[in-house]
Amino acid sequence: MKEFAMIYRSEPMGEIKLTPEGNLEISKEWENWMGGIAAQNKLVSPGMRLGNEGRTVKPGNIVTNGPYAEVKEIVGGLSIFRAESIEDALELAKSCPMLNVPDGSVEIRDIIQMNG
Amino acid sequence: MQEKELIPYLYRTEFRKITAVLCRSLGIEHISIAEDLVGDTFLLAAETWGLKGIPQNPAAWLYTVAKNKAKDLLKRNTLFSQKISPQIQYATYDKNEIEIDLSVQNIQDSQLQMMFAICYPGIPPEAQIGLSLRILCSFSIDEIADAFLTNKETINKRLYRAKEKLKQDNVKIELPSENEIDKRIENVLTTLYLLFNEGYYSSNNNAVLRKDLCLEAMRLTHMLTENETTNKPAVTALLALMCFHASRFEARVDSDGELILYEDQDISLWNRELILQGERYLNKASTGDYLSKYHWEAAIAYWHTTTNNEKQKWEKILSLYNQLLITEYSPIAALNRTYALSKVYGNEEAIVEAEKLKLDNNHLYHCLLGELYSEVDIQKAIEHLLQALKISRVAADKKVIKNKISKLGKLKNV
Repeated sequence: MKEFAMIYRSEPMGEIKLTPEGNLEISKEWENWMGGIAAQNKLVSPGMRLGNEGRTVKPGNIVTNGPYAEVKEIVGGLSIFRAESIEDALELAKSCPMLNVPDGSVEIRDIIQMNG
Repeated sequence: MQEKELIPYLYRTEFRKITAVLCRSLGIEHISIAEDLVGDTFLLAAETWGLKGIPQNPAAWLYTVAKNKAKDLLKRNTLFSQKISPQIQYATYDKNEIEIDLSVQNIQDSQLQMMFAICYPGIPPEAQIGLSLRILCSFSIDEIADAFLTNKETINKRLYRAKEKLKQDNVKIELPSENEIDKRIENVLTTLYLLFNEGYYSSNNNAVLRKDLCLEAMRLTHMLTENETTNKPAVTALLALMCFHASRFEARVDSDGELILYEDQDISLWNRELILQGERYLNKASTGDYLSKYHWEAAIAYWHTTTNNEKQKWEKILSLYNQLLITEYSPIAALNRTYALSKVYGNEEAIVEAEKLKLDNNHLYHCLLGELYSEVDIQKAIEHLLQALKISRVAADKKVIKNKISKLGKLKNV
């Protein structure tokens, strides 16, 4: 089994809902999808949701506001899965709820371990 | 109580108390000596009480005799000078006076400390359970052999090896420090949960023995909640979980000792008092900033005890299984999640999810598919149940599976 990062992209989605404890409020469809991956023992880490606050710094100390200065899609979060192959990982991604939102996409990348 | 009943009763309640105190006084390397000493005390009681009558305070009699036997042994035996004395861990120990403290407080403390010593990950789980039953629950070797459906020799060997290992690794009889407790208590909870499950799910037909195992596991878990150091939210959550499961004791077995599945149980036989107790523990467990897997499982077990809103119940259970699996994978949680999914979204959707689980060597996986297919494709349902029957090793499970197959067979021929 190899590990793959699932990188979720979409249009900026506006306000992020939090639970009273300050955690991300997960919708039923995301929870079911993630639970289904976990039930196959293919979830390494649910990963994280990225917030809306952002800056980008470029050579020459050029700082731009927000993660979405020029692009329509931003990275909204990422998770780590375990799969036999990139094709297997792709199958898992095909039912991701991210694909139901405007300009939603999932990028699947293999992970190279850094040891030492 | 007559002498005939009194001695077995006292054996069950007092053996473990005296043994724990003696183990703590003599050190981990002398568990067997402690057991023998207490065993001899009970033999002497049987002889003496038969001739002279039952003493006024039988438990106190046992304590005094065991204490004296231990002192004699310590004084006389060369063991004392050579082996025990340098390692005596007893704080109040004085060179001239060996104190064996059988006060309520010290009995309680010693049992808790022994619990941590026995639930030592260096020895295999079944040996941890066996030793727990022997030292913490006063089970005889015969009773332990019965519980594990094996013979005395196997258990003796298993316990002997475990005691040797504890000695070799010089495991301390003490409570872990404040910053170690969370990690160490996980081992203890795992063993207590296994002990409970040994009773709840075991293939043993002896219903009394099975219930006994569950009650002992609950008693030990409850003991952890009574001590400030060990009273952690995860402990209370496990206790809540055990209460919810135990509430179905009477409903899940019929008069012939055969298992009745959750769906087919007579709800009026569920024990309301245990359910309420479970709710109280679950509320108490809702503190701290960390949710153990016992919290998830207790919450799932709680929803199983509700009966007023089936739709909401299964949605909650599915959601909790999702969260449990995201925290920690286990095949049984994966299967149960899929069953809950079928209750919320229907069998066809659940079949798609079930077939992704790839648990072909698990008989419960085939039972689940048999269940899900039974409303969709009877032939396939039967095929899966036959496969489950082939790989299941537990007689009670085999019976349940056979019943299902014959029911489906009749449907098919209609």
